[in-house]
Amino acid sequence: MTKLMTMKDAVARFVRDADLVVMEGFTHLIPFAAGHEIIRQRRRDLTLARLTPDLIYDQLIAAGCVRKMIFSWAGNPGVGPLHAFRRAVEQGRPRPLEIEEYTHFGMVLRFMAGASDLPFLPTRNYPGTDLTRVNPAFKEVRSPYSDEELWCVPALRPDVTIVHAQRADADGNTQIWGLYGVQKEAAFASRRVIVSVEEVVEPSVIRSDPNRTLIPGVIVSAVVHEPFGAHPSFVQGAYDRDNDFYVKWDAISRDEATFKTYLDDWVYGLDDRAAYTGKMGARRGELQADRQMCAPVNYGF
Amino acid sequence: MTDYTTSELMVSRAAKELKNGDVVFVGIGVPSLAVNLAHRMHAPGLCMIYESGAVGCVPKRLPISIGDPCLVTGSLAVVPMLDVFNLYLQRGLIDVGFLGGAQVDRFGNINSTVIGDYGKPKVRLPGSGGACEIAALAKKVVITIANSKRTLPERVDFVTSPGYLRGGRERESLGLKGGPELVITDMGVYRFDRDTREMVLASLHPGFTVQTIKENTGWDVKVAENLTTTPPPTADETRIIREELDPQGIFLRSKAG
Repeated sequence: MTKLMTMKDAVARFVRDADLVVMEGFTHLIPFAAGHEIIRQRRRDLTLARLTPDLIYDQLIAAGCVRKMIFSWAGNPGVGPLHAFRRAVEQGRPRPLEIEEYTHFGMVLRFMAGASDLPFLPTRNYPGTDLTRVNPAFKEVRSPYSDEELWCVPALRPDVTIVHAQRADADGNTQIWGLYGVQKEAAFASRRVIVSVEEVVEPSVIRSDPNRTLIPGVIVSAVVHEPFGAHPSFVQGAYDRDNDFYVKWDAISRDEATFKTYLDDWVYGLDDRAAYTGKMGARRGELQADRQMCAPVNYGF
Repeated sequence: MTDYTTSELMVSRAAKELKNGDVVFVGIGVPSLAVNLAHRMHAPGLCMIYESGAVGCVPKRLPISIGDPCLVTGSLAVVPMLDVFNLYLQRGLIDVGFLGGAQVDRFGNINSTVIGDYGKPKVRLPGSGGACEIAALAKKVVITIANSKRTLPERVDFVTSPGYLRGGRERESLGLKGGPELVITDMGVYRFDRDTREMVLASLHPGFTVQTIKENTGWDVKVAENLTTTPPPTADETRIIREELDPQGIFLRSKAG
């Protein structure tokens, strides 16, 4: 059964006001096209979870979509702070932002616990840090097998997880290569999953290389064909990270007026991602990845 | 006249902490340059791991972020982040982790979360990322930070990443191994006293005095009896840093004085 639809339809059907939403991808494959569509459809009171909020959540915060953020590192990688995030936390603008803070390891374990239908997972991490003092969700348990005390983090179960990938078939069998981040665990932890991809392929292509399938179609609700859907982040083998845009975002987001102009020009003023990539013009070609093919493997028996 | 910058000296000094065959958890900026310098000089068998999941990286350009695509191309393995933290870090495979932060205190605790009160912060910083677990679970930690009363207070506003906590045996008593071994600033290098676990000035960079250090540190810092001078980078090292590692001066902008 095909799950192919437009991003407009996928967000309208599967992302609701006040949902706990996850858009994952660690530097790589950040689903910006989905983020922009959520802003366009003016979703409100969302709780967003992600290891690194990155520009995608900074944009959603500045656009007024977010009530709460669950995260572990809120910065503009290689550039500086996230200004919309800081304005919301330090000054309550455009609205106060509730935060729930972990570390990368803690977030990964939260997704894994949710994905495995366990209430929590333990770790040797966290003795001595003040994070366990300010976030009561961290709990300590005694190991039933030894004399050790271990800190635990609770399962995270998103209403909807959105990931971007190199390719999937129309059923949502999704293949990713390059940095995996925490997409698999986030998808399995989630009630609904939207996948956007650079390329929709025949099932025979997926079946020719089954080891590369990270997310199986059985947990996917919608598949969206969205070339350049991760810009300004990158897709290994398709396009490079637009580092210039990450630098520009510092100036755009520093000021609420320049941010509004950006939103009008690049989100509200455009119908969809195809219009966005059209507006990118020659920049698309500049970011094109070079070819580094892997050696073929034999799946025969 | 010297022909190197303070940043280049910090990179060169940090590189000397790495042995051939070490498995190193790498961050962006000075740590990344230091590890890549060591890899080209004395430690070709070094294994670089980035928290993004790239293992055994051989970056062909300077990585701008810890998730740069150049870390994937030609690497030995790319693994999910769950594996990075469970199988590589928690299992005890990481020999050296590099960390920075907004504040480092007398006992090597690091703050990268907030300046001021957590509930009403004066400055909201990015937060832990993977720093807390690296500080807790790597066999040894090397810290790089600027040397000032603001960045080196007696006690950090918030312990994001544990050092020796309040000193003595406190870290050990909580079941944590490892701990910070070295703090490299733009003025000198500090080690930690074996018993008190307090930061002690071990070497001064050329041109700096104990007086300057005392004026720029948030407590009455102790000085090692055998205080030495930090060796400046060799001509070979500065050439590799400038021509091969950071040719555009992205991380080390200032020119030699």
